[in-house]
Amino acid sequence: MNNQKPTNGLGRILKTTIKNYKLACFFILIFILISCFANVYGSTFLKDLIDVYIVPMLAQEEADFGPLIQALLTLASIYILGILCTYLYNRILLNVALGTLRDTRDRLFEHMETLPIGYFDTHSHGDIMSIYTNDTDTLRQLLTMAAPQLIVSVVTMISVLISMLLLDIPLTLVAIIIAIIMVISSKFITTRSARYFRAQQEDLGKVNGFIEEMVEGSKVIKVFCHEEQSVKDFDKVNEQLFHASANANMFANILMPIIGNLGYLSYVITALVGSMMAVHGIGGLTLGTIAAFLQLNRSFNTPIGQISQQVNSVVMAGAGASRIYALLDSPSEVDDGKVTLTCVEVNEDGSYTETDKNTGHWCWKHPRQDGTVDYVPWKGDVRFHNVVFGYNEKKTILHDINLFAKPGEKIAFVGATGAGKTTITNLINRFYDIQQGSITYDGIDVKLIKKDDLRHSLGIVLQDTNLFTGTIMDNIRYGKLDATDDECIKAAKLANAHEFIKHLDHGYQTMITGSGTSLSQGQKQLLSIARAAVANPPVLILDEATSSIDTHTERIVQDGMDKLMQGRTVFVIAHRLSTIQNSDAIMVLENGRIIERGNHDELIKQKGTYYQLYTGAFELE
Amino acid sequence: MVKTLMGQIKEYKINTIKSPLYVIIEVIMEVLIPYLMSVLVDRGIEEGNMDIVWKIGGIMIVCAFIGLWAGAQSGKHSAIASSGFAKNLRKAEYENIQKFAFSNIDQYSTGGLITRMMTDVTNVQMAFQMIIRICVRAPFMLVAALGMCFFINFRLSLVFVGVIIFLGIALFAVSFIVHPVFEKMFRKYDALNASVQENISGIRVVKAYVRGKFETNKFHKESEDIYNIQMKAEKILILNMPLMQMSMYGAILMISWFGAHMIVGSSLTTGELMSLFTYTANILMSLMMFSMVFIMVVMSIASGERIAQVINQKSDLVSPENGIKEIKNGQIDFEDVYFEYTNIQDEANYVLDNIDLHIPSGSTLGILGATGSAKSSLVQLIPRLYDVTGGSVKVAGIDVRDYDLESLRNSVAMVLQKNVLFSGTIKENMRWGNPNATDEEIEEVCKLAQADEFIQKMPDKYDTYIEQGGTNVSGGQRQRLCIARALLKKPKILILDDSTSAVDTKTDALIRQAFMEKIPDTTRIIISQRVSSIQDSDQILVLDEGRISGLGTHEELLESNKLYRETFMEQQKGGSLSE
Repeated sequence: MNNQKPTNGLGRILKTTIKNYKLACFFILIFILISCFANVYGSTFLKDLIDVYIVPMLAQEEADFGPLIQALLTLASIYILGILCTYLYNRILLNVALGTLRDTRDRLFEHMETLPIGYFDTHSHGDIMSIYTNDTDTLRQLLTMAAPQLIVSVVTMISVLISMLLLDIPLTLVAIIIAIIMVISSKFITTRSARYFRAQQEDLGKVNGFIEEMVEGSKVIKVFCHEEQSVKDFDKVNEQLFHASANANMFANILMPIIGNLGYLSYVITALVGSMMAVHGIGGLTLGTIAAFLQLNRSFNTPIGQISQQVNSVVMAGAGASRIYALLDSPSEVDDGKVTLTCVEVNEDGSYTETDKNTGHWCWKHPRQDGTVDYVPWKGDVRFHNVVFGYNEKKTILHDINLFAKPGEKIAFVGATGAGKTTITNLINRFYDIQQGSITYDGIDVKLIKKDDLRHSLGIVLQDTNLFTGTIMDNIRYGKLDATDDECIKAAKLANAHEFIKHLDHGYQTMITGSGTSLSQGQKQLLSIARAAVANPPVLILDEATSSIDTHTERIVQDGMDKLMQGRTVFVIAHRLSTIQNSDAIMVLENGRIIERGNHDELIKQKGTYYQLYTGAFELE
Repeated sequence: MVKTLMGQIKEYKINTIKSPLYVIIEVIMEVLIPYLMSVLVDRGIEEGNMDIVWKIGGIMIVCAFIGLWAGAQSGKHSAIASSGFAKNLRKAEYENIQKFAFSNIDQYSTGGLITRMMTDVTNVQMAFQMIIRICVRAPFMLVAALGMCFFINFRLSLVFVGVIIFLGIALFAVSFIVHPVFEKMFRKYDALNASVQENISGIRVVKAYVRGKFETNKFHKESEDIYNIQMKAEKILILNMPLMQMSMYGAILMISWFGAHMIVGSSLTTGELMSLFTYTANILMSLMMFSMVFIMVVMSIASGERIAQVINQKSDLVSPENGIKEIKNGQIDFEDVYFEYTNIQDEANYVLDNIDLHIPSGSTLGILGATGSAKSSLVQLIPRLYDVTGGSVKVAGIDVRDYDLESLRNSVAMVLQKNVLFSGTIKENMRWGNPNATDEEIEEVCKLAQADEFIQKMPDKYDTYIEQGGTNVSGGQRQRLCIARALLKKPKILILDDSTSAVDTKTDALIRQAFMEKIPDTTRIIISQRVSSIQDSDQILVLDEGRISGLGTHEELLESNKLYRETFMEQQKGGSLSE
């Protein structure tokens, strides 16, 4: 487990960024310094403009503008340098910021693909999604806006502070005291504002949830004439959101006027204190110094406002970065399997030789500890020996499961929701690891097999037919990336999908978007069968769809599945008894135990649970 | 669009007006203060006149406090106005969605409606707040500061006119070029997010087919794409800062040069020169803000349009004025009914084609047919969820379009195929059917729907909390609860649209038997895939692609209707041999 402090996110992201873009960060800092210098030089020049250049001219008979031209030309060149540096640091910053964003996105996705299924069970999909959208956006804000602004502000503040100290120390103290008051009041406001922003975020979530539920059920609302009541309920959550939102924005809005006007206050107080000191001759202050000091005082207070404005985005980016790292730190699926699938040539004596060619003969390559290598033919024999499993240590889901599936056999699982049918199949492809007992594939413990190869050797048709953005052809090819178009079409024909695909406007090139919302449930199932067919593995796991499709389509889907099953070892999770009567063995599960086993006829004769299910006395779902 | 949205400001009009008024006060103070500063320096400090320092200092403090107060007030009112505006927009959308007919609901996806009520409203809210604060502030500040400059020195201020024109054009050009690139970038972002979403929900497929690397490579490409297009947009956008500095520095240099000449010529004081420099920053900052607001407002236009579309959507179906409130009995007549979902195309594409059907009050009708045979469409015409395209549907001898909509729907209870329970206790869900139902009445209908037995087994019985979407009860239990909920309306007509598909055959039979005994006068229409659920009906209707294929009793149809016979035979050899 990872014990990183959650507050570390910000530090880590900055560290990574600086490490990856060392040189760029160095130049950004240099250019920011020069740009700030140009700015500060400009403001100090304005003091000299009057004292050094204009006032002497007033004393001259014939005003000599020569020195002023000289000074202005110097200033102009420094300004040009400043503008150039401003552009340059912004430009380099873009590479750093956008690059970091891209790297973060890529790392997130790459790591996410390696996470075990358990991660997706315990984190809501909305939350994971929000890491990609909201949290990386807070990073963007930080890197492109807040960070450079902060650096500029801090550098300005420091340089102005030094200039102020050089002019007069007591007056500087006055300015600092007021600056501290400004910081405290801005902190007061930002903490409140942050609290209300969190409340607003929460209420946004609530309203979102409410709308989702009501829009989903809007037809039911109409049928029950429940419109008025639902508007009333909505008003309640909507009003709450209004309050949180009004408060959050209010505090954010009043920050700048407060800081800005406190700045003026500071100006006046400094002017008063300064003049008093000058008039009473304390500290040897001259009037010219006070005027210059007041100018600096303005430049000193402005950055405080800018910094406090950015504090919020820094805090938010910190929280975002922590969530990003929480995902990146989640441990990947471990795979220490050594056994791999490989193509072989069968020698005359019955032994095997490894080959790169696709001979159609496959073997498990099993390296032994003594350095020798065994080749075990790939057949599709799956066995469970005393398997015990639970998603966590405390609660056991499956108890002492034993079963044998010889190549070509069809095993069906029957039982109520939560009896453990799906769990069993998730153990074969090692979506989860078992606690006790063993599962073997062709006599090899699945823990010894490399996960990729194990999963390649299992075909799977899931209840939820997830399709991906792309053409129909791409989606079928998902089962085997190097499949030719002909192979895909052949698979579609086997799965009975060819008929409906042919009738689509663009046939196999029809684009699927939004998980195939334009296709019917039955069509999606046919595609997922085709996808499994093109992979052509010796072992299949079929999780039948629960959603009701009409008898005709169901027959087509069933026929597709039947064709796919031929000659393979098959595990079927049954939701309808009609489809599994010809199974070699039916396992009836209850509370994670196999309570009955046998073929259809045997189980009917037993007159046990299966018989009751079959005769409709029990509900299956 | 603007008119529709503005109409939703309503009770927040005063806040909306107050906010810019306070902004104006704030700006006046902000413009006044630098002038006072110049006086303080020129006449107070430079001349060592403490009286002036105290006096002007005092005025400045008062101004600063007025500015602070006005700024806080405008911040408060703009926050209330914009949040209130957002609230009213959401409410208007929600209320109108409640008025939608089924055909309107079909046009929008759930996700689409959520975006229109959440993200889009937030965008408009931010833009609105910007408009009533910054959009007033920036031009007013510009005019006021410029006015002060002209007041101080007319000729020198002409420098600003030149600079403003230069910066104005430059900033506008940047926004103009950058905007379409950003639009494109947002679309790419949407696509990227869609592919992440796909991978999260399809993670089992990705893993089962060992496609992690494949998906990662695909993602890298999309991610790189976004990097490139974002770079393109931001590259232009970062010109803003140097342009701003260029204008500012240019103005400072020019004012220094010309100002020096004027001071020498005694037409300008040093203090005045100083305050001109302060105004330089004010003027240019307000231009900058203006261009920022411009980008934001432009971006929110699309959101505003999407919101207006929902608010302005007219319901396809409205209750007639003075509609008949009393439904006498449960007799239903379909007379030459034609129906299609959209009648945009010229060619008729009827979902229901020439349906003539008469159901006596208190009888039972079973409906059988394949998916797409328009079973649901047929029954949805009875409570007027959709209107017929041709012909007429009558309840108790009167066309459904003449009834008051609410009265009609209260007398025709329908259990939808895609039925939903809402988060709340079982009792709360039941009371959807009748808000005044007593606990006894609820228990009675639940017994009728064979739900009482499993409810009693639950830890909190009738107070058990149902999760959103009813995920914590099984499919069969959910269906029985939905039936009970409909029964609570004590309807004249009860329609079950494939509502017992997940209920076992034995319970299914018990439910039908209970109907027969307890509510014999209610007309019942049962749609089912299962022959056993409808074979005892008084009449059975076999639908085939929107036409009546057969009508009669079980025995008659077995004789005469091929489709019915085949379906029956098929199910005989299947799982449901029993009964």
